[in-house]
Amino acid sequence: MIGLSGLPAWAEAAALIGVVLVEAMILYVGYGAVEQAIGQKLIDRLTS
Amino acid sequence: MALFGMSVAMLALFVGFGLLIGILFGFFGMGGSFLVTPALLVMGYESSVAVGSGLAFVFGTSVIATLKHRDLGQVDYKLGVLMIAGTTAGIEVGKEIVLHLQELGLAGSIISVTYVVLLGGIGAFVTYEAVKGDGGGGVDHDVEDVDPDEDLSDDIPEIAKKIQSYRVPPMIDLRGGVSVSLWMILGVAFATGLLSGFLGVGGGFIRMPALFYLIGVPVPIAVGTDLFEIVFSGGIGSFLYAMDGGVNLGIVVPLLAGSALGARVGSAATSIVDEDEIKVYFGVMLLGGAVAVAVREIGNVTGIPELNVVSMVLIVGSALLVSGAVVQSSLSALRESNGSGSSIPD
Repeated sequence: MIGLSGLPAWAEAAALIGVVLVEAMILYVGYGAVEQAIGQKLIDRLTS
Repeated sequence: MALFGMSVAMLALFVGFGLLIGILFGFFGMGGSFLVTPALLVMGYESSVAVGSGLAFVFGTSVIATLKHRDLGQVDYKLGVLMIAGTTAGIEVGKEIVLHLQELGLAGSIISVTYVVLLGGIGAFVTYEAVKGDGGGGVDHDVEDVDPDEDLSDDIPEIAKKIQSYRVPPMIDLRGGVSVSLWMILGVAFATGLLSGFLGVGGGFIRMPALFYLIGVPVPIAVGTDLFEIVFSGGIGSFLYAMDGGVNLGIVVPLLAGSALGARVGSAATSIVDEDEIKVYFGVMLLGGAVAVAVREIGNVTGIPELNVVSMVLIVGSALLVSGAVVQSSLSALRESNGSGSSIPD
């Protein structure tokens, strides 16, 4: 699926969980930055 | 065009569903994730993929929630590590039961029936409490101003004090002035781990009340410790399922992308909207989930494929109804605040 098919099962499983972990941290940081940048403007736009 | 073996339309569907679930999780602090596994079952995924991908989604969601709570000092690490030990054993047993039932061809039916009973029971309880209007049926998530080092033993429920009076050694001292038998902690951890491994849920909707009512951990510490514990139980559970090919990144990655955004919307809404106004919708949504799984099972038994569509509409529709109510109530409250010129919390 993401080019891990040659690895042993435990390594493939660890890599899959690692992908989810990295994605979670990127989303936390990324969405946090977006919220800081445009959150208040968006609320003002929605409520005006 | 396809990513992670999924069409763009399917990825968009999962992002949208994740957004709805994230709003619910962010607002109510529980419950959103256990709609994922039934939805995947309804969509026709194998039980092990539905449960394993559900667990991986729970893992990612709890990592994000724990990052938000890490500075609040609401984690009892000693309790967390003991819970992890008991939960890991429970998850392994739960997973073996699922794989065994799958070999017998019974996994889908038995997991579905368990979901119907659990979702229906909790949904009926939450709806009843919301209609009764005493604010029960959920967990208060306005806990950030509480000092976790404060002795909160006077706030412990009577049932927890009764359980703690049975002092089976070794006794463990916990934060908040609580002392409880090691065996009680391990028992609660094993039982909730079993549910996690069997149903593909984080177990927070059972572990949170169990930590409070059975062990007597004050709510703020129960929240933080539960999140810390779910990171490990979700991670271990999804690793065990991934070893057997049960985690599909094409499902987990878009779900998580949507839910992380939705959780920010939902948690922002908690400072604007009164939870009790929405709780009845939450109860109805859980009941809708229970009916959806039941309809799907009836469709499978009677061979009527249209009932699968009805089931999917019920699950997505009820999640859409409640998350829509949260967003609508938030916007109304914001407009009212703007109209009256009062300040709005972030």
